[in-house]
Amino acid sequence: MTRADVSTQELAERAHRARESVLAMGATEHGAHVGGSLSAVDILTVLYGSELRVRPEEPHWAGRDWFVLSKGHASAALYAVLSEHGYFPPEECLEYGRRHSRLAGHPLRKVPGVEFPTGSLGHGLSLACGVALAMARTGRSNRVFVLLGDGELQEGSNWEAIMSASQYGLDNLTAVVDRNGWQISGRTEDSVALEPLADRWRSFGWSVVETDGHDLEALRAVFGALPAERGRPTVVLAGTLKGRGVPIFEDNRKSHYVQLTPRLHERALAGLRARRRNQR
Amino acid sequence: MTAAEERLVTAGASWAALYTGAAREACRHTLLELARTDPRIFCVDSDMGGFEDGFAAELPSQYVNVGIAEANLFGVSAGLAAAGLVPFAHTMSAFATTRACEQLKLDVAGSALPVRVVATHGGLSAGHYGPSHHAVQDLAILRTMPLLTVLVPADAGEAALAMRAAAYHPGPVYVRLGRKATPRIYREPYDFTIGASVRLADGDDVTVVATGPLPVHYALAARDVLAAGGFSVRVVNMHTIKPLDRSALVSAARDTAGIVTVEDHLVVGGLGGAVSEVVTSEQPCRVRRVGIEDRYLDSVGDERELLEESGVTVDRIVREARVLLGAAPAGSRT
Repeated sequence: MTRADVSTQELAERAHRARESVLAMGATEHGAHVGGSLSAVDILTVLYGSELRVRPEEPHWAGRDWFVLSKGHASAALYAVLSEHGYFPPEECLEYGRRHSRLAGHPLRKVPGVEFPTGSLGHGLSLACGVALAMARTGRSNRVFVLLGDGELQEGSNWEAIMSASQYGLDNLTAVVDRNGWQISGRTEDSVALEPLADRWRSFGWSVVETDGHDLEALRAVFGALPAERGRPTVVLAGTLKGRGVPIFEDNRKSHYVQLTPRLHERALAGLRARRRNQR
Repeated sequence: MTAAEERLVTAGASWAALYTGAAREACRHTLLELARTDPRIFCVDSDMGGFEDGFAAELPSQYVNVGIAEANLFGVSAGLAAAGLVPFAHTMSAFATTRACEQLKLDVAGSALPVRVVATHGGLSAGHYGPSHHAVQDLAILRTMPLLTVLVPADAGEAALAMRAAAYHPGPVYVRLGRKATPRIYREPYDFTIGASVRLADGDDVTVVATGPLPVHYALAARDVLAAGGFSVRVVNMHTIKPLDRSALVSAARDTAGIVTVEDHLVVGGLGGAVSEVVTSEQPCRVRRVGIEDRYLDSVGDERELLEESGVTVDRIVREARVLLGAAPAGSRT
């Protein structure tokens, strides 16, 4: 199956498996950032499943599109999706956080498919800008994608990067905001409000596309139509649910970081599978 | 002609131009020379001024100005480096090491990407600007970054050599520069090697190890004073703070009565701290540290005046050397 041909049904199966894998990582010794990983799974699945020009067996292939996980704490989602797409065996995800594993709580460059170590918020967009600028200045057609958390946008360094990307007219750069509405202490809007978020990006010179971050068809359509405007970077504001797919974690700040006991793991998995059955 | 001289002459640089004036001018000149022959070399500026008319006008496709945004400066530079380019990121040392410290730590040093940080206004070279622009704890911070190479050239010519060495070094490099012209230390070019200190004067009574333009200049002046008193003083220009030239320190500790360190940096955590760490474990000797006192410096003055107020003077070096020599403060050996 070629990447363009992959059915949305198949992507949905991969996303489901990735969610199971995220829960398995949440059940390891140290737990995981489950809520923000589950909100990002569909975006990552569409990117790796049908949009990014990559060769998982050759992660440093010169012609690849670059992906930067700026919200590095969603590493469980990244590992689940990378392994689902052949970067390393899915079983390795069970090594998450374990001594001597490659799979740290925040991604390291030694993991196949990881371009930059991230985790401290507000770094990824500048890194992505630099890569996109290098591609543009050297006449290469590689594209660059970066996934940001919404709470992360409170870091001022993002806005330095946002200003510079539009200044350089980087239409090979796409930022995706996982807009799940939560940060550790509560709703983003009750902390330091981000809205009107679309207007803010637009006023900084970006092309803004708003979409449902769990609608695989919609995400495919949005990514398939990039850049949204010639000469401008695009931001995809993807409306998501924290903990998406697992009823006990959905839209709930307590799912931010979870160490699943065997009993809770079982309950979470049952909820996820029931939801999946109903959707089929 | 030495290999170093040949490289510079080949690049079209004139010695007279390189060896007088401010180090940052020599570096601008050198960067343009390097970039003309290597399209991977980029100048990434942060509204510092000085590159618009030369570099940006001649090589616009290799010039980027991120504006007044130091965090983005390092992030963008790391991205450029990851994509195969060789960015020279230009800012002031205070902003590089404190404002954008985390980007330097994680995105540049932590990823071992070949970013070259060109940081001006090191030490008290922007003295009259006030404490916002003093960089007197930068070396202490930089020393804690495991994969980073840290260079502190002693004059304009050495700065040019350091830039060339940095350009083709495999990992990240930090080049600390001053602001205005400082005295010429080197009369002729030499084969600058990262990590290999330079013995500017031979001697076996006591050693003075200095880093940075005025500290090295003062160290040489102190040597003259001590020599007039009959002492034989070894002077070492420690132009690389990381990796430190351990063998030069071990031989100084073994061959002479002790080491005086001199730096335009706080007396904690910089050259004096680094030298003490090496000799205490490898070849114990006494170390007297000349540097900026551990206090917040908010008086107005130029570089020399503030160094003097902070305790970095020729007299102070002489005094500390005499302590190591066991000599009376005002007397001489004869």
